[in-house]
Formats: sequence, structure tokens, C-alpha cells
Amino acid sequence: MAGKTLYDKLWEAHVVREEPDGSTLLYIDRHLVHEVTSPQAFEGLRLAGRKPWRGDSVLAVPDHNVPTADRDKGIADPVSRTQVETLETNVTSLGLKFFPMADVRQGIVHVIGPEQGATLPGMTVVCGDSHTSTHGALGALAFGIGTSEVEHVLATQCLWQKKTKAMQIRVEGELRPGVTAKDVVLAIIGRIGTAGGTGYAIEFAGSAIQSLSLEGRMSICNMSIEAGARAGMVAVDEKTIEYVRGKPQAPSGELFDKAAEYWRTLVSDPDAEFDAVVEMDAAEIAPQVSWGTSPEMVAPIDGRVPDPAAESDPVRAEGMKRALEYMDLQPNTPMTEIRPDKVFIGSCTNSRIEDLRAAAEVVKGRKKADNIKLALVVPGSGLVKQQAEQEGLDRIFLDAGFEWREPGCSMCLAMNADRLEPGERCASTSNRNFEGRQGQGGRTHLVSPALAAAAAVAGHFVEPSALKEA
Amino acid sequence: MQAFTVHKGIVAPLDRSNVDTDAIIPKQYLKSVKRTGFGPNAFDDWRYLDPGEPGMDSSQRRINPDFVLNQAPFDQASMLLARKNFGCGSSREHAVWALTDFGFRAVIAPSFADIFFSNSCKNGLLPVVLAEDEVQALFEQVEANPGAQVEVSLEEMTVAAPDGTVFRFTLDEDRRHRLLNGLDDIALTLQYADDIRAYEERQRSEWPWMAEHSQG
Repeated sequence: MAGKTLYDKLWEAHVVREEPDGSTLLYIDRHLVHEVTSPQAFEGLRLAGRKPWRGDSVLAVPDHNVPTADRDKGIADPVSRTQVETLETNVTSLGLKFFPMADVRQGIVHVIGPEQGATLPGMTVVCGDSHTSTHGALGALAFGIGTSEVEHVLATQCLWQKKTKAMQIRVEGELRPGVTAKDVVLAIIGRIGTAGGTGYAIEFAGSAIQSLSLEGRMSICNMSIEAGARAGMVAVDEKTIEYVRGKPQAPSGELFDKAAEYWRTLVSDPDAEFDAVVEMDAAEIAPQVSWGTSPEMVAPIDGRVPDPAAESDPVRAEGMKRALEYMDLQPNTPMTEIRPDKVFIGSCTNSRIEDLRAAAEVVKGRKKADNIKLALVVPGSGLVKQQAEQEGLDRIFLDAGFEWREPGCSMCLAMNADRLEPGERCASTSNRNFEGRQGQGGRTHLVSPALAAAAAVAGHFVEPSALKEA
Repeated sequence: MQAFTVHKGIVAPLDRSNVDTDAIIPKQYLKSVKRTGFGPNAFDDWRYLDPGEPGMDSSQRRINPDFVLNQAPFDQASMLLARKNFGCGSSREHAVWALTDFGFRAVIAPSFADIFFSNSCKNGLLPVVLAEDEVQALFEQVEANPGAQVEVSLEEMTVAAPDGTVFRFTLDEDRRHRLLNGLDDIALTLQYADDIRAYEERQRSEWPWMAEHSQG
């Protein structure tokens, strides 16, 4: 009999009940909650006279709607304010753990989960948010759910699921200097497509993935959903265990050692069989820039905007043509000639301390280019912000003419005041370049923090190594 | 949840792949704390020429005459036909609520994103997966004969095209049963409360750190 995959092990450890047709009642250990996808779930619970099954599994935080400037003035938009207040009322009335906007621990739900040790290896983690896959970087089974499922987890601590297929994506070898986790995941999506992982749980493996820090692994697992997979994960290793050690909600002392012993088993067995395997050579991955309106529409920084006329599949060619029209780009334009109007460094993909360090290293001693109207740095949490300020990163950004803001989802999806105006082009470290995602008519180019920073100082996309000496 | 057994109606052809949930319901409408009222803003960026904000009277807005749902008879459509990977992107169930609030009962496409598919089944909106050539055939028939009725039966798991061709689809038995009967998931699950408690007992003994330290 073949060995087990990491996904098999996580799944089997959470089966409450299995029906003959494979429908499985799966136990959920951690339920992360934010203001946008939860109000209707709490209302449903109330209308049915139900109580949360295990309130201590919940960690709630407002992130999508919160302002990133002038927080002392509260939330100006009354509709956003109502939503944030509704979350606070819902969770406090039920006694659920909650970090309000003024708490230094507030931040993007997918940044604070690992930061607090609220998400641990071996857990099942859900949230009404597709980027919940982020937490899989810790060796957890983490996936996004809809609001009906949020209500179901609140009421029962479980979800009905069917086991999906397992895909292994192996990235072997050494990454070239200047190539980051973000470039790896964009290159993966470019290769397998936005539906390539649909119906699968993806395990990212191989020496290039193992060489990444936990934060880099989070950036990769974060964008599993952009490859179509609800869940992405990385096997536990000593880096995982050291990352978790000492986190506020992690176990400590003997219990930590006992947990770590179990966590070390959370790897795919050498003889495990996957339903699909994708292999990539790390050395062939270049820094990536997206050119279209789907995350699979990416090109290497030294490449060009593709030509739909060269595409043989007519449905695909039509999609490319539509994307280029929306993006106002001509086929065959070198990526380095594309000039953004705004730069956004933040989001659950790239707002952790290592991301900010990477961007600051490029910006240090340089200035924002004149054609860049706004370069926004939005840390992923209050604690990331605090750490960055202790390291003086805020000064580097401010001296270069960037703005240094309060934590939240911000211009990744523009539910707060941070957004693109129609026609504006943005170099963004976020995860989605859909039409209108960052503001109606806005044009998004997905890049790594280092590339976003380089675009801000050069005024066009460029490899940081090609910038003039600071 | 509204049950789905058989439905006959007009199908609107939305000839795009990778229709994402940001396109189905743009972010500004997610600020609502309700489940209803999203219909007028379904496909807002494509449907209207002026930028939309919550609270606007949609009857006063400039509509985009080129968008299929603004064209008769598709403004009366109760089913949507699209290309592959429909509903990709954000997990927002608001996308499903916007479609059902518009009046859609089913979406027919060659493939769906996983979370959208699951959300859809929980709201009585039937996601119907047909082969690419069958979807192509439906596009051709619906575009050639715009008001033609299409019948989708979940009982038979069939789609009857306007020319009488019958296409078969599948849906897993559990979801089909719940949709056919409009069942409340939570009530069903709570029948297994003892199993859930037994699991928690096992977790406390095997993996004591999971719950004990969740208080923080």
C-alpha cells in the first residue's frame, strides 16, 4: 500500500463521520472571522436560536473595511462603519476572541493567525475568505468557505466535505538571486492556469520551497486559490517548528515538545502517491509581472506582453484581447516599458516583515519617481508595523516619498478609501488583477515587493539589480 | 433553502471564461450586512456605464446596452450560460446571492471554481457542468433563437436544449438530495452531535494542545 500524503494525514485526523458516498463531516480547529463574510452568518445563527459550538475556536478581526490613515477619526464611510460595528457587536455579545481596530494585534486575518500562533501545524483552519489557504504554509489544512459554511462551522464546529484529489508541485533547485516566493507562485499559476488546481489540494514541495522561510511559504500557499485550489500546504520541517515556538497562542513547555513530535510527522511519506505532479526548475523562474486581468496572465520581467494573434485557441485569444484592451497595453511591449501610476505594497500575500524588508532594501537611499502619484506601504498587522518601525523601515519609505499606513487589506480590494481611479495603473504586491479589483477601471500588475519597490523608484517595471546605484 | 427540482426558462449567454466573483458582485456592495438586495448590482461594472455605489437607485443609472443582461429577452433570463472556470476568485457568497436575487436558478458552464460551486449548492442555485462542446451547442442555439426555453431537471439530471437535444450532467448524491429537498444543513449536522463530542474527546487525549491553548 502506498504511503500517505500530508493532505491524507491532515484529513484523516479530522474525520468525525464518513458517509458511504464519501461525504465527510470534518472537524474544524480554528475559525477565523472578519467583518465582510460573517454578518449574515451571525444573523442566521440568531434567527435559528443557535449558539456557537466552541467559541474558543474563533478569532475575529476587522480588516477589509478599516481605514489605513487617520484611524483616530474612526471610519468615515457609514456603510463600512456599520459593518465593522456589526462584527464587534456579534463577537462581543458571544464572548468570542476579538482584536478591535485600536488593538496593536489587529491586522489582516491571514497575517495575524500565524503571528498569534492561533493557526498551528496539524490544524484545520477555515475563514470566510478564499486566501485562507495561506495557513497551509504551517502544515495545516486551511481553506476558504462561504458565509453559509461560516454559519455551519459556528453552529457545529464541522463542515461537510468530500476529499479532493492531491497535487504535488515540486520546485527543485536554487532560485536565482532576486527571485522571491511571489515570483515562484506567479510562475506556477502561469504554468498550470487559474483552474489548474481546481478540485485539488496542492502540496508545494521540493528544495526551492524548503529553502523558503515560513513567510515565503505563506505567500505561496496564499495564492493556491489563484491556481484554483482551495487548499495549499507545505510539509512541516524544523523551520516550521521554530516559527511556531513562543507564539502567544502556541503551546509551551512539555506540551510544545509533545506537539512538535506530532508535527514532525506532518510530511508526505516518501512513497505517497499524488493524483497529479507538476515539476518546475527553480533556476528557470524569473521575476514575474502580470500583464492581464487574470493571475495566469504573467510574463517574466525581461519578457514582453504576448500577442493574442499568436494564440491558437480562439476562446483564449478572445480573453487575451479583452484583457489587453482593459489594461490598455499593446502586444509585444517590453514589460520594462510599462509605467505604473501607483504602487501598493501590502495584502495577505505580501505584507509581512520580510516583504517590507525586501521592499525597503530596494528603496533605501532612493526616491519615488515623479510619475508615481502614490506609493503606499500597508503593513499586514499592527505588530508587523511596530517591528518595521523598530528597524527604521518606515523612515526609509517616508524619506523616499512613500506613504506609511495602518494595517488592513487596503488597496488589494479597495473596500476602504485606498483605491485606483479609472484608468490608473498599479504595481501591486496583492493577489488578484481582475477587472476593477483595486477600484473601478483600475489596472493591476501583480509583482513581488522588491519589484513593486523598484517600479516606484524607476517609474517603470525593472529588476531591482538594474537600478542605478543609490 | 429553496429546493430545485425542475426549472424551465430563458438562458442568457455570457460568452466569457474565468468570470470572477469580483465581476459578479463588486466589492463596494459587500459592505451590506444582509443576504438580500444584491440583484440590481449583479455584474455592476459590466451592466452600467456609470460607477456604482451602495444606496444608489439603479433605475436612474446609465445602463450598458451592449451587456447581455440589458438586452431583451435576456433581461428576463433565469439561467446563465458561461465558459470555463465560472465563479473564480473570492469566496464571497454575495456573488451567489446577487445571482439568485437577480432571478437566476441555474448556471451552466464547462467548469466552476470550487468555492463558488459549494456556495451555489447551499443557496438553491444549481451549477450545471456540461462538456465544452455541449456548452458551445447551447451558445449557438440560444444566440440563434434568443427567447427559446431550456429545461433543467435535477431529478433527471438533464438539460433539454431548445432543439430538443438532451444533455446529461451529474452532481454528487449528497448535494443533489439536499437541493432537491431544500434541506437545512445545520439541522442535519446537529443530528450527529454525539459524533462531534466523541471526536473532541479523542482530540483532547491525542492532541491536547489543539483546544487547551486556543484561549490565548
